[in-house]
Formats: sequence, C-alpha cells, structure tokens
Amino acid sequence: MKVARSLLGKALVVVEHNNAKVSPATLAAVTAASKLGEVTALVAGKGSKSVVDEISKIQGIAKVLAVDSAEYEHGLPENFAPLVKKVQDENKFTHIVAAHTTFGKGVLPRAAALLDTQSVSDVIGVKDENTFLRSTYAGNALASVKSSQALNILSVRPTSFDKAAQGGSASVAQVAATGESGLTKWLADEVDTSGKPDLTSARVVVSGGRGLKAPENFKLLYSLADKIGNCAVGATRAVVDAGFVSNDLQVGQTGKIVAPELYIAVGLSGAIQHLAGMKDSKVIACINTDPEAPIFSVSDYGLEGDLFDAVPKLIAGL
Amino acid sequence: LKALVSIKRVIDYTVKVRVRPDKLGVIKDNVKHSCNPFDEIAVEQAVRMKEKKLVGEIVAVSIGGPKSVEVLRGSALALGVDRAIHVKLPSDNDDVESLAVAKILHKIAEKEKPDVILTGKQAIDDDSCAVPQMLAGLLGWSQATFISELEVAGKTAKICRETDAGMQRLEVSLPSVISCDLRLNEPRYAKLPEIMKAKKKPLQEITADSLGVSTQPKIQILEVADPPTRAAGRKVKTVEELITKLKTEAKVI
Repeated sequence: MKVARSLLGKALVVVEHNNAKVSPATLAAVTAASKLGEVTALVAGKGSKSVVDEISKIQGIAKVLAVDSAEYEHGLPENFAPLVKKVQDENKFTHIVAAHTTFGKGVLPRAAALLDTQSVSDVIGVKDENTFLRSTYAGNALASVKSSQALNILSVRPTSFDKAAQGGSASVAQVAATGESGLTKWLADEVDTSGKPDLTSARVVVSGGRGLKAPENFKLLYSLADKIGNCAVGATRAVVDAGFVSNDLQVGQTGKIVAPELYIAVGLSGAIQHLAGMKDSKVIACINTDPEAPIFSVSDYGLEGDLFDAVPKLIAGL
Repeated sequence: LKALVSIKRVIDYTVKVRVRPDKLGVIKDNVKHSCNPFDEIAVEQAVRMKEKKLVGEIVAVSIGGPKSVEVLRGSALALGVDRAIHVKLPSDNDDVESLAVAKILHKIAEKEKPDVILTGKQAIDDDSCAVPQMLAGLLGWSQATFISELEVAGKTAKICRETDAGMQRLEVSLPSVISCDLRLNEPRYAKLPEIMKAKKKPLQEITADSLGVSTQPKIQILEVADPPTRAAGRKVKTVEELITKLKTEAKVI
C-alpha cells in the first residue's frame, strides 16, 4: 500500500504487544495512521526485539523507534505516557495513534493530557488529517468531528480498519528510556491461555446470553465454535455479571466491539448496549424463543426456537 | 482518607437515543436523564470505604447544566456523600470536552487534596473513556482504570482490573485516580431518611471560569448522524433452513 506523497502528516503509532508479537489491533491502527501521513512505530517493551522485527516488516511503516527497558514490560501508562511525550517533543508528529484497547485507552489520554491535547477516542473513520468519525451513545450517534489542533491523538476502533499487511522494510532507531515512574507496580496478569480464537479477530463469533440459564450450558457454544472453526465465544453483560463466563468474553458498548463475518446470537435478547458491540457484523443470525426480542431486528436470519434443541442440531448439521 | 467522586448527568441508558433534526447532536429535551451508571458504582465504592472507616470525608463533584444538581443530590448526597460541588454550565445541553473536565477536576483536587479520586470508567453518552487517565496525567498520580476489585492498605491500594485479555492485578500508590468498572460493586438505592438529609447537605455552586479553566472546545462537531441501518432480515423455520441460508446465501459457513 503506497503512502500518498501529498499527505503532509507524520503519524506515530504506539505499538501494543506482549513483548513477543505485535497485537492484531495495532495493525488496524497502522492502516488508520497511513491515511494521515508517513508512519513511525514506537515499540517500548522488555525483551521485545521480535516485536521490533515484526513491525519493521509491516507495510506502511517508514521508521521504527525502539526502547527496551524494564519499566515498559507490562504496558503501564505511568511509564508509557512520559515516553510518548518525550518522543513527541523530539519529533513533532502531527498525529499519535493507537488502537482503542485496554492498552490504548490507558496510555493515550494520559499522554494527551501531558501534551495538552484533546484526544479523539474510538475513531471509526478517517476523512482527512483533521476530520474523523467517532462513535457515541453506544453507536447510536456517529459524530463527524474536525480538529484544529497542531497535534491530534487518536485511539482507533480495530474492527473499523483493515489490518496492515506484511511487506514493509522500515529503519530502526533506538530511543532513550524515560525511567520507572515508581507510581504503580505490576503484580500479575490473569489471562486465558487456552489458545482459543481471539474474540476481536475471529471470523465467526457465537455469543450466549441469559437464555443459557447456567454456566455449564456454555459448553454447547464452545462445541459449536469448535465445529465451525476459527470461531470465538462471546457473552452478554448479564451472564458475565452472573459469573457464567469471565469478563473478557463480554461483547457490548463497554465490553468488546466485534465485527466478524458471522455473529450467532444464542439466547440473548439484544439490549441496546449489547447491539453496540456487534451490529457491524457482516451477517447476524439469532436463536431465541421470544419472537419480540430486539435481536431479531438486527438479524439477517432469525430462528424462533429453543437453543437447547437448535444448537445441538446446528452442531450435528454443520 | 479523603475521597473525591466525579459524577455526570447523562441520558438514561434505557432511552433509545435519537439524532436531532439539525444533525448537530442528539435530542435531550424531555428525555429521561440519570447519573452515569459507572459513576454510581464510584459513589457506592466511596460510601463503602467510608462505612469501613477507610475514608473520612466524601466530596462529590459534577460538571453540567442546572439539572446536574439532581444527580448530586439524588445519586451522591442521598447515598452518603458528605458535600457536593456543582461546576455549573449555562445550559443542560452544554458539553465539555474530556481534557477540560480533567483540568477542572485537577483544580478542584488541588484545593480539596483528596487521597483517592473515584469516577466511572466511561460516560455512556460520549463513550470517550478518557477523563480519569487525563486527570491522573495532569496530577502525576497513579491510575487504576476499569477496576473490579479495590483493597486500600495504607499508602497503596491493590487493585484488580478488567482488561481485553482477562484480569490484571496492580499495586498503585496513593493518591490515585480510580475508574470503576461494572463488577466492582452493586450500587444501593437511596433510602428516604438519607434523601431527606441530602437536602440539608452543603452543595456549592461554582463556574469553570472561577477555576481558570476554559471550556472552549478544541474539536468541532461537524455533524451527528444515525448509524447505517441494516436491511431487514427474515425468520427461518428450522435449523436446516438456517444452515442452508448461511452456506448458500450468506456464504459465511
């Protein structure tokens, strides 16, 4: 993908990673940044050389700024924000971009405050270097905004931009570490290591709601997901609150926003806040006993039926 | 410890929001408003900390038009908050950008000197999810965002936060800016005796100007639009029909 030479902007992408691999969400941020001008990637981590190597080979990246130091190991905003400020002061980018994820949400606004800049969150479209589209009111009001700031800081919705492909060859320069802030100590990350497909990037998502009735019934959805392949399992807020599944499965306005090829909504009514998280899916199918459930109004295919009957049939028939 | 809680009056989460005919915002007149649900969780947490004698005084602040006093009295003072500060905007339709909100709270924090600032993780109207992080940056404090567990112990607090991948545990130094997520607690309902007491609790009205903070926006809203509508779908009668449609028509399986 060629960067248009007419773009005058210089964008910095703050790379999210786990010290081993670049996060898929960051690749979407690179695409968004490419619409703004020449893209530089900032990789701060500990033992993160493979991340530097990987991002330097992504199309659209002209330069990589790298720093490897203990304080960046866990993505702590108290350590990342001063680094972003320093890199910005030294390089005067026109845009700073990251994905609107836990990491991006933590770091970018803090950095924006240090840079006296009003950041723009959850950007779903880039019209030009100063004009952006963002989601408000759980996706029920899309705001087209124009900024006159010399620096714009954007967190972008990963599902709104294609992931940048491989094929680049960027130069790498080291930057100095800004030190440990001493404010916050990382204790532990409790994450799912089962290797199941990632909710925000799986081709298909199957989600369950209160209709599942009990935690053990989620087994049905996991079986369906296994049968479909490259399929992740999601959930509504209600069942996460009830402890049926862990919080990282929550799809919705304040959970994860997903936009898979196919979203199958099982035993969930389709509250406004849940729809916010999945209504951009290419195809939506639902299974629900209540024909008046709001989920039917956004579904391409709606099956009025009992999921305990339908899901096993679906697993058998696929 | 002293707690400062920031709350916002927003359109109620049950309301189906409609874009204004002039496409510069959403319809707010005669629409039900209430306290931002995540801010209610923040208030509840402060009150529980006070009940456990971890916190001595709780001050609530809200930046908004005249009707914001309703959430200060009904969702803060009536639940156990000691006093309130209303940073009054001229109209209930006025919006203030997150950086300006953070600067206002920064000025108030400099005066009030809290040990913890609690607020919701995001406002369900703007969905920016930025104020707590910005405020922590301005103050140079630790930030504990999206928390589902909070355990204060002297000069630090152990927190558990909800992340994209699961949970993360951190130990943050106090003072700290804390943003609350859904599963931190379940807010109580105000009881009549407390509602009556709330009428007599101090509620101070100030302006952003008096704090030396400009509410002039840096970002201009060009247009607010409805989201794209999906074409109407259809009901299928059997699982077999669903599978066939997904395979041959939608071609997603």
